[in-house]
Amino acid sequence: MLNFILRRLAISSVLIFIISIISFLMIILAPGGPNPWGELNPKITPQVKEMFRKKFHLDRPIHEQYFLNMRDLFTGRLKSIKDERPVISRILERLPATLTLNLYAISISLIFGLLWGVWAARHAGTTADMLSSMGAFALIALPGFWVAYLILIGLVNFAGVPVLGTQSYGIEFPSFANLWLDRLWHVVLPGTILALGGIAVQSRYIRATVLEAMNEDYIRTARAKGLPEETVFYKHALRNAVRPLITGIGSLLPALIGGSLIIETIFAYPGMGRLGYEAVLERDYPTLVALNFVVAALILLGNLIADVLYAVVDPRVRLE
Amino acid sequence: MTTEAPIKATSAPTPATTPTKRVLRKFFANPVAIGGLVVILIFVLTALITGICALFGIYFPYDPNATNLAIKLNPPSAAHWLGTDNLGRDVFSRLLNGSYISLSVGFVAMAVSLLLGVVIGAVSGYYGGWIDNILMRIVDALLCFPSFFLILTAVALLGPDIRIIILVIGLLSWTGTARLVRAEFLTLRETEYVRAARALGQRTWPIIFRHILPNAFAPIFVTAVVGIPDAILIEAGLSFINLGVQPPQATWGNIITDGRSYLLDAWWLIVFPGLAIFLAALSFYLVGDALRAATTTRQQSK
Repeated sequence: MLNFILRRLAISSVLIFIISIISFLMIILAPGGPNPWGELNPKITPQVKEMFRKKFHLDRPIHEQYFLNMRDLFTGRLKSIKDERPVISRILERLPATLTLNLYAISISLIFGLLWGVWAARHAGTTADMLSSMGAFALIALPGFWVAYLILIGLVNFAGVPVLGTQSYGIEFPSFANLWLDRLWHVVLPGTILALGGIAVQSRYIRATVLEAMNEDYIRTARAKGLPEETVFYKHALRNAVRPLITGIGSLLPALIGGSLIIETIFAYPGMGRLGYEAVLERDYPTLVALNFVVAALILLGNLIADVLYAVVDPRVRLE
Repeated sequence: MTTEAPIKATSAPTPATTPTKRVLRKFFANPVAIGGLVVILIFVLTALITGICALFGIYFPYDPNATNLAIKLNPPSAAHWLGTDNLGRDVFSRLLNGSYISLSVGFVAMAVSLLLGVVIGAVSGYYGGWIDNILMRIVDALLCFPSFFLILTAVALLGPDIRIIILVIGLLSWTGTARLVRAEFLTLRETEYVRAARALGQRTWPIIFRHILPNAFAPIFVTAVVGIPDAILIEAGLSFINLGVQPPQATWGNIITDGRSYLLDAWWLIVFPGLAIFLAALSFYLVGDALRAATTTRQQSK
């Protein structure tokens, strides 16, 4: 097991290196350097532009640029264009809100995806199953911001679900429990909209995995020895749903965090997604580029946790 | 003369079934697939017709960019089927006009990502070894990024031009295809006919493209179909941040973006373009799924 974890850690460190290269080399994509004013602004003299290029070390050879930018990020020398605060602390202060939202979204994706997927696998081939898979694709095809707008237009006028921020106004000194319940309440609507696609994807994945297991030899054996179909399904086939349940953590995270940029913006939720949106509007390229790196690193961490968890559940994986 | 007839009768297979025909029959036996295909055809035909008409300056029912402040934010009526926007432009005309751009983004971005994904996946799967190792680690690293973040950052840095948007979406969404093609190649390169071709001295590229690739056609085609709505949804998402195709050119995404300031007063600016995105995306996903089901040879239980 220790061997497996060490191997995964080694691969992860290679990946984090590639991730950092990809995110920082994006800076050189901008024609004329990543300045926030646009090429044609007459007020921007060549001197200012040159200063800006220096800031990103664009006057250095490319491999030096990479190391200098990485050093600047972690030492806080890479500053936001907007308020001159270190980019890294601007990003990390959004971490709690982002974690709450995404943990909620991933939990309900996994729970409802599992229930739905198992139900669909049990009813495979029926009309109900056909309708449910159409429903799943409908959820995947829904543009998240469109759903959010529709809900804002319709539901919110009648129900009291909070649509802004992480906290209710007017509560001055809430108890710890109250504060967190209130936070959670503010997560429900954006988190649920965010998770719609994830629930659907997860249900398809679980359905396919369980159905595939139903073709295995040990299922035929279980049937041959006269076990009732219920036992065959729930005790023998369903165990296989553990794999999509765990690997789902890793595969759902990128889509959820990607979608959170739009959903957090609509609901004024102060997470990393909203930070990305602000960075685009303010042409705050240091923040935008660093955000890509931090988010990808977080997802890598999520994948690592999922891998280790999976190896705990299924010993066969450790030997691969 | 007399002996020829019986020989023919036994050698020819009685019902002419080729694998393609079997797949097509299975596909067209699925009512959901037919429904999805019909919707896609309607969308594509409308987009083509309005796109070609727009080249000649013919617009139906109105000019999508003609403003008329006297009729701004009018609800759907007989004259303006889907209402008008804040500049008095006809929403239905803008939807028709935008369908050409939105679908083009979907098709072209998919083509770019397919090309990249197939070449990288094929090289990785066929050669194996350190080439495979390097390419797949890059894929793993790319998969850690939320693709929407990466695409958005690239478009923000490069500028939201339609060609750039299409290219960036295509260049950053090939990872899934590459993994799939690689997996196909890993199994197919060990088959007898590939070994035979290699033994006969066939060069590598003909083996990859003429012998292996056609056999991986079905799964690749399915990912292509599913790649189209993915790209359409990404463009719509980019529009939300004003990084999509720029106005006045209408796309389904930017009609919604233009309309969101009037969210509670003019629901028709939000509902109809969203419905177009949703219906188009759903149809592609359903057809893709039906194709997957029709081309999967492995026996599914029940």
